[in-house]
Formats: sequence, structure tokens, C-alpha cells
Amino acid sequence: MSELLIKNAVVCDPIQGIDCEKMDLCIRDGKIVESVSSNAKVIDAEGRLTMAGGFDGHTHSAGKINVGRSMNPNDARRNLVPGLSGLEPHTEKTRAQVGYNTPNTYAIGYRYAKLGYTTICEAAMPPLTARHTHEEFKEIPILDKMGLTLFGSNWQVMEYIRDKEPEKLAAYIAWGLKASRGYGIKIVNAGGGEAWGWGKNVSGLYDPVPNFDVTPAEILLGLGEANEKLCLPHSVHVHCNNLGHPGNYKTTIETMKLFEKVQSRRNRQSLHVTHVQFNAYAGTSWRDFETGAPMIADYVNGVNHLTFDLGQLIFGPAVTMTADGPVEYANSRMLKEKWSNQDVELEDASGVVPLVYSPKSFVNAVQWAIGIELALLVKDPWKVMFTTDSPNGGSFVNYPEAYTYLMSEKKRQEIILGFPETALNRMVLPGLDRELSFYELAIMTRSIQSRIYSRPEKGNLAVGADADIAIYDIFPDAIDPSVEHEKVKKAFSATAYTIKGGTIVVKDGNIENTPMGRTYWVNATVPSDIECAMQKDLDVKFQKYYTVSKSNYMVEDAYVPKPVEIATEGF
Amino acid sequence: MPVIKDVVCSLCGCLCDDITVTVEDNKIMGVKNACILGHSKTVGVQTHDRIKTPMIRKDGELVEVTYEEAIDAAARILANSRRTLSYGWCSTSCEAISKAIQLAEETGSVIDSTANVCHGPSALATQEKGNPGATLGEIKNRSDLIIFWGCNPIHAHPRHMTRYSSFSRGFFTPNGRKDRKMVVIDVRKTDTAKRADKYIEIEQGSDLLLVTALRSAINGHEAAIPKNVAGVSKAEILGLAELMKNSRFVSILFGMGITQSRSKYKNGDAVSSLISDLTQHTKAIMMGMRGHYNVSGFGEVATWETGYPMAIDFSKGYPYYNPGETGANDVLVREEVDAAIVGAADPGAHFPQKAVRHLARIPLIQIDPYPNPTTELADVVIPAAVVGIEVEGTAYRMDAIPIRMKKLIATEFKTDEEILKDLIVKVRELKRGEVTCQSY
Ligand code: SF4
Repeated sequence: MSELLIKNAVVCDPIQGIDCEKMDLCIRDGKIVESVSSNAKVIDAEGRLTMAGGFDGHTHSAGKINVGRSMNPNDARRNLVPGLSGLEPHTEKTRAQVGYNTPNTYAIGYRYAKLGYTTICEAAMPPLTARHTHEEFKEIPILDKMGLTLFGSNWQVMEYIRDKEPEKLAAYIAWGLKASRGYGIKIVNAGGGEAWGWGKNVSGLYDPVPNFDVTPAEILLGLGEANEKLCLPHSVHVHCNNLGHPGNYKTTIETMKLFEKVQSRRNRQSLHVTHVQFNAYAGTSWRDFETGAPMIADYVNGVNHLTFDLGQLIFGPAVTMTADGPVEYANSRMLKEKWSNQDVELEDASGVVPLVYSPKSFVNAVQWAIGIELALLVKDPWKVMFTTDSPNGGSFVNYPEAYTYLMSEKKRQEIILGFPETALNRMVLPGLDRELSFYELAIMTRSIQSRIYSRPEKGNLAVGADADIAIYDIFPDAIDPSVEHEKVKKAFSATAYTIKGGTIVVKDGNIENTPMGRTYWVNATVPSDIECAMQKDLDVKFQKYYTVSKSNYMVEDAYVPKPVEIATEGF
Repeated sequence: MPVIKDVVCSLCGCLCDDITVTVEDNKIMGVKNACILGHSKTVGVQTHDRIKTPMIRKDGELVEVTYEEAIDAAARILANSRRTLSYGWCSTSCEAISKAIQLAEETGSVIDSTANVCHGPSALATQEKGNPGATLGEIKNRSDLIIFWGCNPIHAHPRHMTRYSSFSRGFFTPNGRKDRKMVVIDVRKTDTAKRADKYIEIEQGSDLLLVTALRSAINGHEAAIPKNVAGVSKAEILGLAELMKNSRFVSILFGMGITQSRSKYKNGDAVSSLISDLTQHTKAIMMGMRGHYNVSGFGEVATWETGYPMAIDFSKGYPYYNPGETGANDVLVREEVDAAIVGAADPGAHFPQKAVRHLARIPLIQIDPYPNPTTELADVVIPAAVVGIEVEGTAYRMDAIPIRMKKLIATEFKTDEEILKDLIVKVRELKRGEVTCQSY
């Protein structure tokens, strides 16, 4: 039995409605409990800001990030955020660390932990390569993980939707999650991955996918309904069509509207729209490009069926990586940058392109503003998840820097001063004076994740929750984040303590322990007759079109050493 | 008789996973579906000579010892070395590779894979221009133009053409070979070339010229192309460019003929640019025809664990990478390393003389199931189980698809992973305690 008592913590826990109140936290065997014995080890937080461990709900940290690494050995040496990037030799407790946008696996674990994060969700894994994602998960220390499985351009999915077989579709999704040990349904540019198999794209929600006679709208709705039929813990997680194109805010709102029809079976959203910054563009070309954030925020403020995340931009080098193959090709041609592509048979496509966001570029300046605008214009923080879509908008190690954009108008104005004139009338940010509180920041970085992923043991500090805790070197009473942004940034960059499942993993910004985290995956049950009928169709796919046999396709137990199986019952 | 289905062949980068193996009394009795290479490897576990026990060289002779003694001796070499080379690791599992990397990190060694002498330049090309690729099933299902460039799959990857490319039937290519055109570009008319619709013979070492001319044609700069490039006529170049533009899905599959010939990584870099240009007109992808069954796996594991795919130097405690300086042959030819550990590879047979001469002079540890010319140079020899036959584990196919290899029969031999784990423990012990110097 291991016990820990954290005294004098100033707790900010929006799930319980606790807003910076001084209290003690008791921990036994990795969980928050009512009380502990007098033998408990004691940490005196001395009034420091204490939150549940951070939970990054959309990050690219395993799988195709390796393509990013393989294209950019230069990234390994980059040290743009000292203490959280660049090269560090191995020590008695830690493996060697490299990188900034695409750190090695060990650095990902240590650095997230230093920021007070304890859980991450890898946002895209094609089932055929899921084993690779899990191999990297095994080498990311400390953090709990989950992965979202790609289904948006999958042949079996598109055929079932075309043939109007929703039950078999649900059975296939259940099997696909099991095969990939995935946590939920990810859709990237619905149908676009298949079109990219021929070097093409789909342009909007009603453009038919070549050879499959379905539209992106049908794919989105079909998967949305299958998701609810299976009662999955997370909603569909959607990367909208037309990402990165001026004028795409209309497609984004259309997509959001589609889901007004989908009834959630759990107490959560029926749609999560991801990295909306890249999908909130107005104008008709890069010439008259401007923010579409106000239109999107307007719509989101009026409905209750969806959540979204930001995809906030960070100036400097980034590596874009997405299952949106055509977007990456377009990026590489436009920016004259190197380009990797990986189309996955029967399943999806993806691409990787490095780039640099500059505050001198009016397009990048407006993109930067759009992320913040979305966070500030949407009134209810419980709809907004904070992300940079790491490393697409920028590396996660910049989260503390990005928090200051949300918490300090002064900081924003300082940055905007450096923008070209042309950028200023394309954005609405200079007129926004909202500044987020620690409470609102806690919602966006851990509490909303607990709700939208249906993980009640995460993102809060109630009795029964996992003892994943971040203690920041900030005294909430004695700091004004709207002006003291450097202090805020420093404190959020290296916790006083990060505790993972009751174990101290970071102390004063240094790694103390490196336990292996858990992997969450969903095992959805469907009626056996439907399962059998679906398997017959699947057998044909494997016999004729896949290059791996069905029995070698399923991710084996060996790849998930600390599994947490979430069982759900469908239909 | 117990029959094991969907066995993964652990010989070449095709990693065929449809092999059927019959096992009786812990013996492999039959192997179905594998090509002659795969078949010979699988039954070879019983028929080929194995290294029977661990050995240490004493007075010039290798003498039999226990695993413990061999591991102890190997650990002493590593602990006493100021700069070790760790080399190979492409015919073993990713799990073992991961441990080899950890050992290199612990001992401040240089670690490099067999890509040093094959597709290393492809990795450099990826760093230069990226790698627009696809999985093998994309070629099978879609590709109507397949170009083999500087490779001879009939001999090196015998089932490639039937399982994944020229002859395979897929969703959009139901008639197999009839639905595809096959082009071979090479310096000699190989057996693969004999089966092609079009064979283009180029002058040795002039691949970059031909790729550049093709790019000119595809980008509409015909006038810039001279009458003859790389020994190929302008008409033929224009014809090939047209064929590419008019195909639905072009696959360029390239081998060591292009990665190890003049211009090295610049060839891959140019092919990548060619794919990008072609994509303006149609769909195109490229893929390296990787040789050893898990040479891709080394690149993947090393990249996620250290940031770099090969030639990694841990002497500073963190990974440093500069192929040309930190490659296996670089450090050997410069006589810079004072000890070496080689796993699942045979530098004794494949490295240039000068490098082999240095290997012979320094303490050398070999971990391998089979004796080979490197054994002749080794001071400590540790036999290992055969991965994919006697032990399970992960390997990455040439298209970066990971597959779990099966265990077919039991063995007394330790696995590479176990040997490396033991070495890590032992080296740590020695480094913390007294390290006695012994001469090997
Ligand atoms: S082609 Fe390669 S992987 Fe397939 S059976 Fe032959 S040697 Fe084995």
C-alpha cells in the first residue's frame, strides 16, 4: 500500500467546480481517496496551483511522427525551448533525448510530464499500421495513451454505407477497433484518402468518392451513427474536408450541421471537430484570405452537440503530418518543401511536410490569430479543447507559451505589433479583450477531455479519480496572469511536481521516476449473427486485396503491455 | 501433424506472411508457399551448420564456454572499450534492435545497420526530399505501370512480382499482368528485364542523368534534352515520360543498382522529385526494394528511439549523427574504434578490406545463429536463436508495415534480445564496480 498526502494545495478542478481552493489531497495506491494514514508520505504544496494531470486529446506522438523524424534529422538538434527541446544525454534515470517538433519517444514522455501532462491521445492510426503506433507507445514512458483509428476512407466502411448496411458497418468498426486496439473513430477528409489513391481529392461534402458511389456527407453520418450504435466512449473525431483552403469555414459549419441529426447515446457530444484553426478560413484565395472564426464561433455558440479543438499555431518550425494526403502534396508544391506520402491499402492516405510559420507572413499571422479567436469567441469553455495539433501547428512543448496568448491580452498585443499591416484587417483578434482564468484553462487542458473521452477517472481530482496530479510553481492569489505572462509560462513549463498514478514522476522540473503508462482501448460487442455476416465480407477483402493475412492483422497482446480494456455493448 | 498457417518468412524485405509450415517433434517437416530462398532459410534451421555453443578465443583458437562466461567476457570488452562499434541488427527482431540501441547508449558506442552498405543512401534521400510512397497493397490494387530500376526481384525478392506487383491481381487490376505495363531500367538484361514490356539499358552510373531527363520531359522542357542521355535515345525518354503521364498509377521500385551507384543518395532524391512532378499529371509512388527482412525495422526503431535511422554515435551521451563520419565503415577505416559487437550480420564478408583488417585487430563480439567469415575474426562468439523460426518478434516489411513473426519450434539457444539484456545488466555491473582489464 503506498500513500501520499498533498497538503496546502490550491486546487483548480472544474469537474468538481473547485476554483482555486486550498485543500489537502489524499492518495492511496494510485487513486484519490478520502483519507490516508499517518504513515503517508507528505508533500507540502505551500499554496501552489494544483490541477489534475493534463490530457492532450489530439496529438501526433506515435506512428507517422516517425516519418517526420526520418525526414528531418535536423529537428533532433533544434533547441527552441531550452529544457524541453534539443539534445540531452542519458542519465541514471532517463534515456537520451533529442528533438523539438519530432522528439524521440523517451523525450515525448519526459517532456509532457514536465508540463504536467499525464495522458495523450494519438489522433490517427490506420489499422494496418496500428502495431507500429503501439510499438512507439511502449517506448513513451510515464504517460497513459490511447489511439484513434482511421475509418474515413476505408473500403469496407464505404461499401457498407453505399449498400445501406448500418449494422454490418457497426460490426466492422467494432472489429477494427479491436484489431488496432483503438479507442475511437477518426475521420480525416472523409473520402479524400481514397480519391488520393488516384492523385485526386474530394472538394466538399457532396462530391462523390471515385469508384465507391458515396459522398463525404454519407461517410460522416454513417460513421457518426455507427459510433452511437456502438455506444463508444468518444464521439467521431473529425478532420473536416477542405482543410487548409480559403473559404473552408463553410464546409466546417456544414459538417457541424450534419451532426444535428445524430443523437448521442452517452452524455457527451456526437461530434468532435479537430484543429478547427485549419478549417476556419474565409475568403476565396490566399490573396483575400481572412478569418472565418467569428462565423464558426457563432454557430458553435448556438448548439450543444459538438466540441472542437484549436490547432493553435506557434511561430517557428513545424512539421505537418496528416492522413489528408492531398493537402500535404499541395503544401509541398506551394511551399517548395520536401514531401513524404504513405497511402495505406484499403484504408487511408497520409503525408508529411515540414514548414516554418513566420509572423512576417500575413497568412501565418492570420492563422495564428484564428486559433486564439476560436478559443475566445466561443463562450462556453466546455466546448473547447486546447491543442496545437502537435506538431502540425507547433510542438506541444510550446503549450505554456500558448496559454499566455489565451490569458493575457497584453501578450497578444505585443505579438500583433510585429505583424504586417495587411494581416490586421483580416482578423478580429485585436478587438478581443477576453482573458482566460486558470479555471477556464484547466477546463480546456484536462476537464473537457475527461468528459468528451468518457474517462471519469481522468482530468479531475475527485475521490476515486486516478492520482494524476500537476503542481505548478504558481501562487494563484499572488499572480496576475494578464500581465505576468513570463511567470505563467515558466511555471507551466516545469512543474514543481507531476504525480502519475500516485508516483512522483517530476520534481522541480526533473524526472524522478519513469513508470510505464497504460493503453486504453475499446472492445465493443455486437450481436454474433451480424459479426459473422460481416466477417464473411471481410474474408474476401483479405483474400483478394490486402497483402497481409487476416490472422496477422490483429495487434497482439504483446504490443499492449499495460492494457485497459473499455467494454461497451452496441445496438 | 501440426500445421502452422500464415507463417511470416523472415528472409527478404517482402516478409511474405502466407507460409504454411508443418512441425513434428519440434522439427520442421514441410514448408509451403515460400520461394526457394525462404524455403531454404526455414528448413535451414535444421540443415545448415549452427554455432553450437558460445566460444571465446584463447591462444588463437575458439574454445567452447558457457553462455555466462561468454557474456561476461563480452561485457568486459564493452566496459573496457573507449569507443565501440555496434553493427548489423537487420536480421533480427525490433525487440532485439531496441536492446542493441540501449546497449549502445549505455556504452557510448557508435551503432549502425547494414543499410550502411545498401539502402543507407535512400534514407539520406528521404532527408533531402522526402519519400512519397505507399504500401505494397496499393501497387497490387492500383498500379498499371511498374518500373523496376536497378533491381532484380526475380532473384532478390522472388515472390514480389506475384504477391505485390507485376503479376498480382488487385481491385482495379483484376487481370493481373494484363492490366499492367512493366518496365525495367538496368545496366544489364537481368532475368527480371527479360519479362518486361520494355527494357531500358542505361550506362553504368548514369541514373541521375536519366531521372533528370525524365523530369524535363514531364515538366514540358523537351528542348533541354539532348539526343542521347545515359545511353538512352531522346525518343525513348520521351516515350517513357508519355507512358508515365498516361498511366493511372506509376510505381517506381528501386534497388541497390541506383542507391550504391554513382550519385548515391542524389538518385533517390531525384526520383522523389520525379514522383512529385508526375503527381501533377497522375498518381505515382516510389519504394526501395529492401533486402534483409528487417532492415526497415532497424531504421524505424532507431528513428523513434534516437531520432536517426542509422550511423548513430552515443559518445556524447546523446545521439549524434553524421553518416560519412559515424557510419560503420567510416569508423573502421579511420581505425577509430577499439572494439566491436556485431549482431545478425557479416561485415567480415561484405566490408572493404581495410575495414575488415581493423575488425581483425580489435576485440570483436559476434552474436549470430550461424558461423560466417566474421566468426573467423571474432574473439567472443555467442550463438542465438533464429528469429521468426525459434523466437517471435516484430519485423517491418519494405513498405514499413510491421508484422509479428511467429515461433515455430522451441530452442535451447538464447534469443538476441535475452543476450543483449544480459549484456546491459553485466556492463552496468562492471561500470559501477571494479573493471579489470583483460586482453583479447
Ligand atoms: S519472397 Fe522473400 S519473404 Fe517471400 S518467401 Fe521469398 S524470401 Fe521469403
